[in-house]
Amino acid sequence: MSGFSVTEPSRGQKWIAGILVVTYALVTLLPLLWIIATGFKSPSDAIAYPPKAVFEPTLEGYVNLFTTRTRQTPDYLAENPPETWYDEIVRKYDMVVVGPSRYGERFLNSIIIGFGSTFLSVFLGTLAAYAFSRYKVPLKDDLLFFILSTRMMPPIAVAIPIFLMFRSLGLSDTHAGMILLYTAVNLSLAVWLLKGFIDEIPREYEEAALIDGYTRFQAFYKVVLPQAATGIASTAIFCLIFAWNEYAFAVLLTSGTAQTAPPFIPTIIGVGGQDWPAVAAGATLFLLPVMVFTILLRKHLLRGITFGAVRK
Amino acid sequence: MSGTVMERAANATPPKLARQIKGLSDKTIAWIFVAPTIFLLLAVNIFPLIWTIRLSFTNFRVNRANLETKFVGLRNYERILTDSDIWLTMQATAHFLFWTLFFQVLIGFALAWLINRKFKGNDLWTTIIVLPMMLSPAVVGNFWTFLYQPQIGLFNYAIAFLTGADPSSFSMIGEVSLAPWSIVIVDTWMWTPFVMLICLAGLRSIPDSIYEAAECDRASKWRQFWTITVPMVLPFLMLAVLFRGIENFKMFDLVVQLTGGGPGSTTELTSINLKREAFEKWRTGYASAYAIILFVTVFGLASIYVKALNKVKER
Repeated sequence: MSGFSVTEPSRGQKWIAGILVVTYALVTLLPLLWIIATGFKSPSDAIAYPPKAVFEPTLEGYVNLFTTRTRQTPDYLAENPPETWYDEIVRKYDMVVVGPSRYGERFLNSIIIGFGSTFLSVFLGTLAAYAFSRYKVPLKDDLLFFILSTRMMPPIAVAIPIFLMFRSLGLSDTHAGMILLYTAVNLSLAVWLLKGFIDEIPREYEEAALIDGYTRFQAFYKVVLPQAATGIASTAIFCLIFAWNEYAFAVLLTSGTAQTAPPFIPTIIGVGGQDWPAVAAGATLFLLPVMVFTILLRKHLLRGITFGAVRK
Repeated sequence: MSGTVMERAANATPPKLARQIKGLSDKTIAWIFVAPTIFLLLAVNIFPLIWTIRLSFTNFRVNRANLETKFVGLRNYERILTDSDIWLTMQATAHFLFWTLFFQVLIGFALAWLINRKFKGNDLWTTIIVLPMMLSPAVVGNFWTFLYQPQIGLFNYAIAFLTGADPSSFSMIGEVSLAPWSIVIVDTWMWTPFVMLICLAGLRSIPDSIYEAAECDRASKWRQFWTITVPMVLPFLMLAVLFRGIENFKMFDLVVQLTGGGPGSTTELTSINLKREAFEKWRTGYASAYAIILFVTVFGLASIYVKALNKVKER
């Protein structure tokens, strides 16, 4: 142990704090682990009483998630032996796989809309944040406040006119419409976060570059951008997570072509209600990337969450 | 370097041309950079808002576009403010807001304080606690209905295990008395980490030297906690409450998936109610007035709150 310090908690305190925090963390993790586990259960294991923590894993949930199936007569089943491993799984229930489900499409939509809107909002946000940080923009404070206040509106409140607007512009249920919408929603946060990151970069770097004969533009992308890379990356992650998770606009403005995964997953139904293993499988595939991302990038993310809120 | 060549070239030419060589003026760049953002926000946020205000004075219905739209003055507003059902949803919202903020502040602060004891591996455990808030509320909320199932649900099983009650004797989302708590529990589970992170930032911003000085003055740990820790974290905590308050006032996805506003309308928060009016009953004009009332409420409450926050900060 290093020297005595009045502010350093004692070992006993650390132990107690550690145990309490770890306990809370484990309890909080339980529902998430349950989602992952349920994805690998058979339908009967999923609704067993008492709830089963140990079970024989099966891919039924994943097969049901990605396929559509129909019930067949015993004659048909006897004549047509299963051709694939997933066909074999559904045979247990006298079913045959007749085609893919819509989950793949919805997931792909989430990726297209998520990354598209993230790219746009970070691109536009960086430009605006740089201008706000470095130049005298007239009405700067008002504009910044205006940008932030757009976050206060309930999504449903804006959804009414956006619904009308999209309908008359032919943007409803299109990827472009959703990308534009999410970009606008994310921009406020992006500008706010990025301005903080760019404020931190000393102006001297750019001034030196200007003296070296760079134009403002060159100074921006050769000096400022590389310096702000970490900030831009963590802002991007926030925008991506927002777009990835968004539900209200998605459920109101999309129904088919551009529907993302969050409105789709709760609608996965089986015989007599929700097919929980399939729902859990869909949720696992959808949530797991975010969980892994969060754990891997924790240093930047945790800073970002508080940074956006605490600064000012 | 090419830069110096450019510089020499610029110096050798008349001022007007020089500016072209050196690039656009600062002011132009500033506008080029800001304009797209402002334009997009105007198009997707402000323009719809103005449109909503206009619609709120009419009897327009989206599903009957052929019907003549009439200007009805303040009648929509009048009807909303005198509608007792809407006051019930306001009450449900207030219950939800109060208890989620209460638990999140309490647990969030306690966790932050414990994490700040700097035990080994605290950053990994912090991240694990943060996980729920990074996930899609709709997807997670939907799955919680499974955890809340009587008998087979994990939540009911855990409660039964701890209290000895029969796990099939209660239904968190099916009973009028329990449903408001079912949404408070999931929201607290999901968003406590947010309050925790902001408190943690607050705790870490307190310089050690203040505690050292207090120690020299022989202030007890208890006293240090109340006279140093709490007042210094308070502005952070209040900011966390502001953010969570606004978010929970707008709450839609999580609750719509969990209870859908039911049973009856016990958990019908304002956003859910608004969605029903606008997209199920298609009373567009009426719903627009409703939306404006909500927006003004949030904006008004938030402004008052920010004033209080600034006072606390000044102290």
